[in-house]
Amino acid sequence: MMIKTNDIEPKAKHGFLKESTKNNLRIYKYNFSKNKLSILGLIIVLICIGFALFAPYITPYPQHAKEFVDFNNASQAPSLKHLFGTDVFGRDIFTRVIYSFQGALIMAIIVLGISVPFGVFLGLLAGYYNGSWIEVLIMRLTDVFLALPPLILALSIASVLKPNLTSSMIAVTLMWWPWYTRLVFGMANTIRKEYFVKIAELIGASRLHILFREILPSCLSPILTKMALDVGWVILIGASLSFVGLGEQPPNPAFGQMVADGSKYMPDLWWMTIFPALGIAFIILGFNFLGDGIRDMFDRGRQ
Amino acid sequence: MNDAILNIKNLKVWYNTYRGYAKVVDGVNFHVGTGEKVGLVGESGCGKTTTMKSVLRVIDSSINHIPEGEILYRDKDILKMNYNDLQQIRKKSISMISQAPSAALNPVFTVGEQLLDVIRYSEQYNKKSGKKDLMDMAVSAIKDVMISDPERILKSYPHQLSGGMKQRICIAMSLVTPRELLIADEPGTALDVTIQDQIHRLLRALVEEKGRSLIMITHSLGVARELVDRIYVMYAGNIVEVAKTKDLFSKPLHPYTKGLMECVPRLSGGGVTTGIYGYIPNYINPAPGCRFCPRCPDAMDICSKEKPQTIEISDGHKVACFKYTNS
Amino acid sequence: MLRFLLKRIFLGIFVIIGISMLIFILSRIVPGDPARMALGPRAPEFAVEELRKEMYLDKPLHEQYLFWVRDVLKGDFGKSINSKRPVIEDVKQFLPATLELALFSGFIMVIASLLLGIIAASFRDSWVDSAIRIFSYTGIAIPAFVVAVLLLLVFGYLWPVLPVLDRLSSGVIPPSRITGMYIIDSILTGNFKTALDAAYHLLLPALALAIGPLFQEARILRSSLTDNMGKEYISVATGYGLPKRALMGKYLLKPSAIPVITVMGLDFASLMGNAFLVEKVFNWPGLSRYGINAMLNKDLNSISAVIIIIGVIFLVANILVDIIMAYLDPRIRLGGKE
Repeated sequence: MMIKTNDIEPKAKHGFLKESTKNNLRIYKYNFSKNKLSILGLIIVLICIGFALFAPYITPYPQHAKEFVDFNNASQAPSLKHLFGTDVFGRDIFTRVIYSFQGALIMAIIVLGISVPFGVFLGLLAGYYNGSWIEVLIMRLTDVFLALPPLILALSIASVLKPNLTSSMIAVTLMWWPWYTRLVFGMANTIRKEYFVKIAELIGASRLHILFREILPSCLSPILTKMALDVGWVILIGASLSFVGLGEQPPNPAFGQMVADGSKYMPDLWWMTIFPALGIAFIILGFNFLGDGIRDMFDRGRQ
Repeated sequence: MNDAILNIKNLKVWYNTYRGYAKVVDGVNFHVGTGEKVGLVGESGCGKTTTMKSVLRVIDSSINHIPEGEILYRDKDILKMNYNDLQQIRKKSISMISQAPSAALNPVFTVGEQLLDVIRYSEQYNKKSGKKDLMDMAVSAIKDVMISDPERILKSYPHQLSGGMKQRICIAMSLVTPRELLIADEPGTALDVTIQDQIHRLLRALVEEKGRSLIMITHSLGVARELVDRIYVMYAGNIVEVAKTKDLFSKPLHPYTKGLMECVPRLSGGGVTTGIYGYIPNYINPAPGCRFCPRCPDAMDICSKEKPQTIEISDGHKVACFKYTNS
Repeated sequence: MLRFLLKRIFLGIFVIIGISMLIFILSRIVPGDPARMALGPRAPEFAVEELRKEMYLDKPLHEQYLFWVRDVLKGDFGKSINSKRPVIEDVKQFLPATLELALFSGFIMVIASLLLGIIAASFRDSWVDSAIRIFSYTGIAIPAFVVAVLLLLVFGYLWPVLPVLDRLSSGVIPPSRITGMYIIDSILTGNFKTALDAAYHLLLPALALAIGPLFQEARILRSSLTDNMGKEYISVATGYGLPKRALMGKYLLKPSAIPVITVMGLDFASLMGNAFLVEKVFNWPGLSRYGINAMLNKDLNSISAVIIIIGVIFLVANILVDIIMAYLDPRIRLGGKE
């Protein structure tokens, strides 16, 4: 007969307890909606997601986001026909900007979706086995990764791969996980000394159980907060990579790439640069506001 | 009675909270004479610290509002003073020891530096002999508070020192330059009882030796009894009783004072204290009438409708309570 | 204190070794034959064979690594495929430009953020404070290259008061090379006009780099100042009659500056790394732009060199920041109770 450790050990300090989860949710909602900027951020993010999902339906010239030339209509200033004007190939900038949101969001989802679990897992391991060779190996590796300026690291990884969206995602994923490892390491190291962990060990719970059902729930809020704040950063680095030419390649549109291309034609064809620039500022700002709101939501100290 | 050097008249201090003004200090009258030691006793949150902080005007003016009252230092109203005069008071006349010595010291400067700054800016040292004079004053102040090895301590940072040490340093700071009045806010509260006792004795000895006046804020009548000549009892922003120490203890008048006395554990006689029933009142919308009324075992009908005036019962013994209005 | 320093340096060396291994592995996993790529598709096979032997490509990986380390320590990063000359020469040419940019940018960043932070705290909740707050939000959101492009638009064409290209105006002779940094060299050779000209040219790129972090730091300083204003030690010091000057300038500023300096240090150290974003827009002949070209051309030797150098500078900057932090905050420097 399996003893359910949940029933025996004293409740975790910060974990999501089932009974009061509903109460927690209410507190979260209140904390979040207190700040108007957070709500604005949420709206912006929803708009961006909308752009990404429905791009083919809301843009006037979806075919312009792929291979397309129309030199008759090239280099047109913004007009009713082309809200953001056209580029030197005659492609509608508005359409291309909207399509760029897809790449940005995909990058954020994939990068965080892979690097966070990986980094968190390593952090849990290192924190729990602090002092052993496991910890030394993991943390020294983390130190090395974190010792380089993040952009440089992403660039160097991307530079040895074929330049395209996938490569830039791989590059950013590979340099992102150490931040979470470091974050979780500190917390796991502290939490493993708590009583409820000791008791679980005594009972003979499996290591996996201890890591994931005991230690992890107490770390969740900082992890989620960091994730929320990181989305903006991931998109920014992604744009920087595409700006340099190591991201999404033409004819597929991407924010940084469009800014880089457009800058050659400044100031005459200003719309080629300004609108993608505004686009990227829009999405990053939205996620930053949202991230701040999520951080405030979890920050019980403010009550 | 010596003539008063500090005379607080009808002081009201309101806290500006988003739900309205919290009328924390509600008309306090208080005075201290030259060389006198006076105690201000009351439970946490009753407004003692706020009252005293107003004397030096170190309360946060964006939160606190003083709608009424006078604080007279030798017949000059501190509340109406201009900045320069106020600074003179702070440098030469009054000093205050804070409740939490750890918070009172700046963590990024050495203790010595902070002590020296107090002397440096007090305009009370001989500028010509300069640095040496400063250091001498600092070292002698540290020695006065019974700290051995003053030079080493002066070079230390607050986080390197124990609580008792920090408290002594705060006392040294307040006494290093000559001033007339010292306000001590629950010195030793943050420390354990034996050290507390040492600190109290030290304080009393120094104050007497230098002939200063002392206002001692405490929540313990027992402590007050040991240290001061006259005691003000405060409850919820009002002074409810004042008397010379021996008078207060031999004949406590106000029900709150009586309740407090019963809380002081007696070595002889035994029995567990009963405590005082109830909670401190709501300051934002205080009920009309005496603020102690809800907790008062002797409450009468009039107590919940009108506020009692302060009446003098015998020499220096005053009380604000309807029980004595007609006698 | 010394122990702390030694520990950091030791850790730093360890990290550099790790980085070098990382770089080396990266450069070797690139598909394709480095020797072939160096000589081009039309070179004869025996020449490629020769080069391969020369580049130790026939030896096992760990031996290759050791040879490479030995060379690097001698300053030899190999030859650049693009420029056909030793990488170290390329580095010497381009590094000072980026260094100068980073330093100037850091200078602007530190001074401006301190000033703005103090102003925001002094005029708390006024429009100045709100403006700085808004700029701090946008500052993080807008990548440096976007700022660079906008600055280019404004100052290059709409309101051309500041130069947007190159390090010096045409016709101005660069000063004799001592450090390679034009401002410093000009001052050292007594040529103040050139120094000024170089400074003008630095202004926009440095501003583009500094603006984002600058407003954020100002905001942090502002919060720190306003938080500490309410602290007990400030009201105690006020109570002792300390003049406003000493109170604000000494008692308030020092503890408030500490959390900011941490961030400032990180941002400063990152400036070198982020410089490439701006270098491309302003056509600034710096190391990062050189590195980007190397990356696009798969010039492995150049890539490794750039990464190692920037990495080392980043590391050194971090250690310097840690030292400054420890100096400022005695709680870090000395622990524990008597």
